[in-house]
Amino acid sequence: MNAPAYNFAYLDEQTKRMIRRAILKAIAIPGYQVPFASREMPMPYGWGTGGVQVTAAILGPQDVLKVIDQGSDDTTNAISIRKFFAKTAGVATTTATEDATVIQTRHRIPETALHENQVLVYQVPIPEPLRFLEPRETETRRMHALAEYGLMHVKLYEDIARFGHIATAYAYPVKVNARYVMDPSPTPKFDNPKMDNCPALQLFGAGREKRIYAIPPYTKVVSLDFEDHPFEPYRFNAPCALCAAENSYLDEIVTDDKGGRMFVCSDTDYCEGRQAAGHHGSLSAAPYKEKAGSHG
Amino acid sequence: MTTIAELPPGFADKVLSAQSTFRSVMDAMARPGSVQRIVPTAGTSHTMMRGTAAIALTLFDHDTPLWLDARMSESSDVAKWLKFHTGAPVIQDSSIASFALISDGASLPALERFALGTSEYPDRSTTLILQVESLESGRSFELRGPGIDGVATLQASIRPFDLFDRLRVNETLFPRGIDMVLVADDAVVAIPRTTRVVNKGS
Repeated sequence: MNAPAYNFAYLDEQTKRMIRRAILKAIAIPGYQVPFASREMPMPYGWGTGGVQVTAAILGPQDVLKVIDQGSDDTTNAISIRKFFAKTAGVATTTATEDATVIQTRHRIPETALHENQVLVYQVPIPEPLRFLEPRETETRRMHALAEYGLMHVKLYEDIARFGHIATAYAYPVKVNARYVMDPSPTPKFDNPKMDNCPALQLFGAGREKRIYAIPPYTKVVSLDFEDHPFEPYRFNAPCALCAAENSYLDEIVTDDKGGRMFVCSDTDYCEGRQAAGHHGSLSAAPYKEKAGSHG
Repeated sequence: MTTIAELPPGFADKVLSAQSTFRSVMDAMARPGSVQRIVPTAGTSHTMMRGTAAIALTLFDHDTPLWLDARMSESSDVAKWLKFHTGAPVIQDSSIASFALISDGASLPALERFALGTSEYPDRSTTLILQVESLESGRSFELRGPGIDGVATLQASIRPFDLFDRLRVNETLFPRGIDMVLVADDAVVAIPRTTRVVNKGS
């Protein structure tokens, strides 16, 4: 269903041209943040206005769109963005990672490996990895120009000095194509290795900060570390309580006020797929039954 | 005298044709050396290939100063068509152009005459759109770089013959540099500034 009062995919054509030019330059200069004239969108900053603008600029009627919020297809942010594009662009939507051609994400990379015919669009709150170390844009821009990233290593070193290990758990800085240090958006560092040599194109949009950046497919992405403190992805040491997955990123869910908790996959599509394939975790019985019942 | 009524048309469907053309160009830029097809067609003159015309309608507007090579600017049809359909200002100074359209590759000016961007803003650089004879046959080039899984092989008949030698300035300039889009009829290949030629066959 198309809402006739709007252009296809909401944005006007001049805006799309401007965003498309920024996307091309972003792909040509991997990890470099291209300034763009971010528009006001019909949702507040922080709700994915950058990602939505990038998605709107690339989306076509043949695309199949998936939207996830922290791995989940069924949270408010994911549902409203998915409905937004179903309404303004009339595109097909899905929750299955492998069926999607465009995946807009807030803070996760799907567990299912991405393939060449996919574009992953990240929603980015603060695109500048050096911003909390150096507040002046003029200075951070010069630091990128000179590839002067010592300050970032000092920050990671201070983690080690204080905690004994690199305590940065999300938005863990990466170096793209051996040149630009880039913020992978607040994804857990568990996801960082998936960015390296990924077959899919990765695009990043920051609406409030007005930046677009990209990682082309098959590009080297290295998490910053030290020889004696190598990068290590973090994961709770438990299987998923619903699907028993040992290798997925887990959310911790508090279940009572007596210290009870359960760990479940943050990627709902991955978890549901595993349950449908017959994998069951220690707590899967009730939710699984309930789901089966709701489908009659 | 050509009046506007006699100009070849633009896209039949501005919105969806621009989207489809952009995806082809984006895929080309993301996967250097791969040949992408541009499906939507717009009317063109013989100086401008249909792929070039579609890219112009997709990416050019009043914000993108445009430089035309001698053969393009000699053809008053091309300039009028671009002006009418895109509104992009045609300029003489190639060093401030967002895009450059080159029909006669043999007389491609030195790349330093185009905008290479600055160290702070490497994106403020000219994208060269070069019309070539073929992107299917001719010499083979082995390409490496971001977007390429190992090595990509491009077979193409390109003028200038030393294009990839000239593009080696991108190695020393990076992150500044020149991004190229090669067009042969409806076929498009992009060579962003990160792409390196590892081997030139015959």
